[in-house]
Amino acid sequence: MIAEIGLAALWLAAALAVLQLIGAFFGVRHDGNELAALVRPAAVLQGVLCAVSFLALVYAFAVTDLSVKLVATNSHSMKPLAFKLSGAWANHEGSMLLWITVMAFAGGLIAFIERRLPERTMMATLGTQAFVGIGFYLFILLSSNPFERLFPVPPEGNGLNPLLQDMGVSFHPPTLYIGYVGLSVAFSFALGALLTRQVTPEFARVMRPWVLGSWIFLTIGITAGSYWAYYELGWGGWWFWDPVENASLMPWLAATALLHSASVLAARDALRTWTIMLGVVAFSMSMVGTFLVRSGILTSVHAFAVDPERGSFILMLLALYIGGALVIFALRANTIAEGERFSVLSREGALVVNNVALTAILGIVLLGTLYPLLTEAFDVRVSVGPPYFDPVSAIFFLPMLAIMAVGPLLRWRKDSFDRIKLPVLIIALVTVAVFALVLVLADVSFLSLMGMAMSIGVAIASFMPLRGRSIRRVPLAVWGMCVAHFGVALALFGVAADTAFQKERLVAASPGDTVEVGPWEARLASISPVAGPNWTAMQGDIFVSYKGGPPKETFPQARSFWAPQGETSEVALVTRWNGQLYVALGNMAEDGRWQLRLWWKPFVTWIWYGGLLIALGGAMALVGRVIGDLRRRHATTRGEERRADEDGLLPEPAE
Amino acid sequence: MSSTGSRELKPKHQRLVLLVIALVALVGAGLLAAYALRNQASYFYVPADIAAAPPQPGQAIRLGGMVENGSITTAADGVTVEFVVQDGQARVPVSYTGIVPALFVEGSGVVAEGAMRADGVFIADNLLAKHDENYMPRELEGMNSAELREELQESMAGSSE
Repeated sequence: MIAEIGLAALWLAAALAVLQLIGAFFGVRHDGNELAALVRPAAVLQGVLCAVSFLALVYAFAVTDLSVKLVATNSHSMKPLAFKLSGAWANHEGSMLLWITVMAFAGGLIAFIERRLPERTMMATLGTQAFVGIGFYLFILLSSNPFERLFPVPPEGNGLNPLLQDMGVSFHPPTLYIGYVGLSVAFSFALGALLTRQVTPEFARVMRPWVLGSWIFLTIGITAGSYWAYYELGWGGWWFWDPVENASLMPWLAATALLHSASVLAARDALRTWTIMLGVVAFSMSMVGTFLVRSGILTSVHAFAVDPERGSFILMLLALYIGGALVIFALRANTIAEGERFSVLSREGALVVNNVALTAILGIVLLGTLYPLLTEAFDVRVSVGPPYFDPVSAIFFLPMLAIMAVGPLLRWRKDSFDRIKLPVLIIALVTVAVFALVLVLADVSFLSLMGMAMSIGVAIASFMPLRGRSIRRVPLAVWGMCVAHFGVALALFGVAADTAFQKERLVAASPGDTVEVGPWEARLASISPVAGPNWTAMQGDIFVSYKGGPPKETFPQARSFWAPQGETSEVALVTRWNGQLYVALGNMAEDGRWQLRLWWKPFVTWIWYGGLLIALGGAMALVGRVIGDLRRRHATTRGEERRADEDGLLPEPAE
Repeated sequence: MSSTGSRELKPKHQRLVLLVIALVALVGAGLLAAYALRNQASYFYVPADIAAAPPQPGQAIRLGGMVENGSITTAADGVTVEFVVQDGQARVPVSYTGIVPALFVEGSGVVAEGAMRADGVFIADNLLAKHDENYMPRELEGMNSAELREELQESMAGSSE
């Protein structure tokens, strides 16, 4: 019964999306058309209905309703409750339902609260949102119904991929999805502004919180995903340039560029067409990512559906939305008036360079991800990995860092080099000094060397914009920028230091043996079997000590799951401020010894601390902007009231 | 971007400069990517391909095939395994130092990432084994390398990477 309610709610939501599109169409054609009055309520109700539908699915998973096919194929009554719930979106159908739910919810929210833009622009925006939504509703209802019943009802479910039975990964997809789908709002705003020729600073201000919000969630999602891959796969790496990782990185790169160019548009009324273009590209990258992952064309742990029918359906949606948006862009872009001018040496100039570098990196990642698909058309099978991605993206990443260090020091519109000579000199000297120091003291690769030197330079530079300002008067958004840029420096330092200085040991050890790795000493005390709710494992009991300090007991496990069958490695991590010891238990060798793999990874944790700081900086900027918007709105209302009082008239009802 | 130069430029020219920088950077990125992909992409080989046209030693490739029965031996260090990958036409000795995946057994399919050593031994950095052990026919005889390649690629879909 609950499943039928979920399905009915989804059909109703799809019907409302059609209504919303029709209403918006007439609303754009004639300002104040009667049908246009339906658009906002339709969008809000759609959000509510999708939420009902999604909750129905979560409920079916919570009670393990095996008569629902999706539950039977992806869940198991013996699974812990948290993983039953996360099972609702750890599969193709459920994740698509989550996608449309977030999208409908975001659409409902802008329909409910956003009243700053001209009504025609809002109609075009909500119409676009509905048009994109309809495609995904059709996709779910026609080819991926999550509520399909199963008869006869099986006695037990198939369970969930053991790799995905982990708290970290349970809440990773929703985070990423909020980010991906939040960008659909930026996409709709961009097309709405383009269709009604209202590419104004006001439009950028309205769009910005959505871009910032999506970007924060993407940042958290990518950071969490990287940490998950690090400790769950047991390979000691934190980024594999796997297609799925790239699928989340590409929208992030586009959103980062969009975020910065929207700031230019909001503050200076420049970069109009470029901002619109990025708005289109950012959500397109979200959809391309979804296509790559969901179609099963690129294989990966995250590829749920290897179903050509679904793949071609998503491919059609992609061609329709991305192609359509690009056609509208091509037709309309030249009707947008040129924005304010600026000199090359200005804040805008630096942001343009930053945008170009981000877009170049995006292109490099996209080409590298799609290359295996291209060659496969010629029956040549290749895979593309770090030897391509690392150096090629670095060629654009390193200059971008230099711009990131200097750009925030520049003034808007026009600046002179003389004015910023001193801080630039300090940053450059520190960078060169660190470079020389590391070069002399350690034997590391050129990229690690550059990474370390530039991370220190950027770290210092990130707080330079506060120089000469009264700390209390610095707006929250500027603090956000400083924190986020510092986060980039921190993450970069972690990446460079870990790559340069990590130590690895792989040994076969018997109980009582001691293994050294870097400054650590590990003694294998014993190996014993243990059991969990749906797994059994061999567990090592290992005492580790740092530079002869007090020993700490750790328990790495090699787990075997039975529903479905699979093995995972539960690594033991010992965290210090300056890095992490990573211990994985392998297989038993023929002579009874156990394989142990240990890594000493200096400063590796700074990668994720950096990621979190970037997200925190984004959150500070978001709060600062929203407070600013509310104050402005309050001031406008008060001003209007006063004017109305002076005229001796009653205040107008809310617009 | 010398400051004296840009100060003398008219605004229209400044926009042009930015546009040109942007185009050059983006086209440059594309060309660079295309060039690097040709050199850095790792190609998929089966033993017959290696016998026919051996790749350069040190060149990163992926080697796919069946683990020959009775060929797996563990070295004295307990963490290095040596085995032979074959496709019914040719055999390639492989050496791998690391923790082998759970379903890596004799007679099953495997994809090894790594490079050839000058002496003809494939040094694997990573092994990918298929989750389901029943996917490969017992008799490989008479199967050509193209079919094997097809089988392997299809069966590797959904493996742990």
